Amino acid sequence: MYLYDEIDRDMLADRASEFRGQVARRLSGEITEDQFKPLRLMNGLYLQLHAYMLRVSVPYGSLSPVQLRALAAVSRKYDKGYGHFTTRTNIQFHWIKLKDTPDILDELATVGLHAIQTSGNCIRNITADPYAGATADEVDDPRVWSEVLRQWSTFHPEFSFLPRKFKFAVTASPKDRTAAKAHDIGLVLRRNRDGVLGFEVMVGGGMGRTPHIASTIREHLPADHLLSYVEAVLRVYNRHGRRDNMYKARIKILVASLGIDEFRRQVDAVWALIEQGEIDLPPSELARIRAAFAPLNFESLPAISPTFEAERANNPALARFARNNLRPHKQPGYAIVEVSLKAPGATPGDATAEQMELIADLGERYSLGDVRVTHAQNLVLPHVKLDDLPAVHAALAAAKLATPNIDLVTDIIACPGLDYCALANARAISVAQDIGEKFTSPDKAELIGELKIKISGCINACGHHHVGHIGILGVDKKGEEFYQLTLGGSGAEDASLGEMLGPALAYDRVAGAVETLVDTYLSVRVGDERFLDTFRRVGVAPFKEAVYADAH
Amino acid sequence: MPTLIKLAGGTAAWADDDFVMVGLEDSVPLSGKVILPLSRYAAEAPAILAQGRKVGVRLEGADEVEALAPFLADLSVIALEFSKFRDGRSFSSARLLRERFGYRGEIRAVGEVLRELAAFMMRCGFDAFEPTDGSTPEEWAATVHRYRHVYQRAADSRAPAFVEREA
Ligand code: SF4
Repeated sequence: MYLYDEIDRDMLADRASEFRGQVARRLSGEITEDQFKPLRLMNGLYLQLHAYMLRVSVPYGSLSPVQLRALAAVSRKYDKGYGHFTTRTNIQFHWIKLKDTPDILDELATVGLHAIQTSGNCIRNITADPYAGATADEVDDPRVWSEVLRQWSTFHPEFSFLPRKFKFAVTASPKDRTAAKAHDIGLVLRRNRDGVLGFEVMVGGGMGRTPHIASTIREHLPADHLLSYVEAVLRVYNRHGRRDNMYKARIKILVASLGIDEFRRQVDAVWALIEQGEIDLPPSELARIRAAFAPLNFESLPAISPTFEAERANNPALARFARNNLRPHKQPGYAIVEVSLKAPGATPGDATAEQMELIADLGERYSLGDVRVTHAQNLVLPHVKLDDLPAVHAALAAAKLATPNIDLVTDIIACPGLDYCALANARAISVAQDIGEKFTSPDKAELIGELKIKISGCINACGHHHVGHIGILGVDKKGEEFYQLTLGGSGAEDASLGEMLGPALAYDRVAGAVETLVDTYLSVRVGDERFLDTFRRVGVAPFKEAVYADAH
Repeated sequence: MPTLIKLAGGTAAWADDDFVMVGLEDSVPLSGKVILPLSRYAAEAPAILAQGRKVGVRLEGADEVEALAPFLADLSVIALEFSKFRDGRSFSSARLLRERFGYRGEIRAVGEVLRELAAFMMRCGFDAFEPTDGSTPEEWAATVHRYRHVYQRAADSRAPAFVEREA
């Protein structure tokens, strides 16, 4: 992991002291809430329905056990004993008091955590592949480049007041776990035919009321030019992105209105005039950052663990967990372990202080001190020895953290919705819980296979419903909660936007409709098709018929 | 009561503003230094310059600094506007003036100019400010120097972290 040096730590300390001063000015009445609002919004502090919400950054979703314990401590001391992990791999505390925020930031700064650029029209936390450094299918470690981007974008003097917020995702694997094409800039690392490392740069993806899948602006940008090139992209956007209408201010609108070819031409023209050598990192700094992510001291182990195999044969719960929550590790004898935050009845993405502490302990003891947060609002222990899996599973199960449902029907992404969010039209969390109740049989969930349900409480689409295999959007119909369903979206490497199913459904019909959709899929699927594949083959008609049949 | 803060060599101080800001519809005063809106600059500046008077120009966020390229040698002040503090276009304008066009004269921040923006403005090449939040030069300087390090190169001379680390 990248450990903050004195410079990085000074940055956090300076920010925390600046914010302390701003809060003091607000509490003493020297500045009004109107004047304070833009200041707190530069620090991830939102005023929500019931209280302040503080969003803490988890840079590229990577946490040390010490950091995770500090988050647990904050949740216990200043909140109600839990935190909420978001689709951008941050953590939110929903019940914060303004007067406590300076102390919280001080405490977090001591472990290298902060709330910098977790809100506002600036470059937000970078999303990276949660399996970085562990998965066999990556061509490089995306955390290296995420850290490069983190530093470059922190307090960037030119790009801190963009037309709108700006999100990066970085992956180095053909299987996209970051929703790269749903980001303002998606970066996919590849080696070209000559073995040179470069980025496919995709630009203009995004959710919200006008969703777009990102377009490729450059097939292969030599990796060491990353910073000067994205500086050119951001400069074109900062100067020409719309500022008259916040719903048209994201870069996707600029790219769509110019067309990708004209946008590329403008970026190239700016890039050619930038002193690239000044902006791009020198090889020494790149090497310093790369060294922080050097391969860990894995043990040489056989690819099969007799201990694990024997336990799994005797323990059906472990066997099921292994089928659904393990992913292959690049090092023989190790596995990537997904820890589901989607237990039945849970709020997707919530973790209690005790759960965070347990995962921190497991990370320390069994995962080389490494814990990750995923875009799907789960946690990951990336480096667990197969021999240790029975112990890890037992510990997780005792804390209700061993739900064997990764990427299955109950692994639902949901935004906070009407339970917390001032912008919401409708609840999202309880819809997820209701759907969970329809699919309590883990056998059936496995039979259904990969199915990504994503729920947003309003058109801002924080729950990414547009790219859900089944997307659910809360709308307001004369003061009542209704839900618009879309089918066939994907945020992965085969990205697409969902297609509308039909008229919006009342709250109490949504979970039943999802069940009908799933049954329809099971009745028409061929071979081991996923829901998404079946939908793409047969189209919306049979699903529509089934859901609206009783309405005729 | 001066309203202009100038930054030189890391210190901020009040400065007398002897330029008159000429609005779109205003008539140009008969003597003294003036700042003209961009749309009037090309037509009206030559005559004023010919009288030996100093002339500056004022750009809104949407105005493109590229239009100033032919005039840079004649300009004493370039005022860049922040119509709202969150309209960040003038940050790009300032950097382009300093870095691409090599302009060394005064770049002045006008409009909604708040202390919280001071460090960003300074880093993008601004060296004169008309704060609208009642900031004093001391407060202005304190914000500019609050952060002991920076991570990236910009239009100022501060060494980014990656250079500090090599030292
Ligand atoms: S999608 Fe809407 S309701 Fe949900 S968190 Fe975002 S703004 Fe709030």
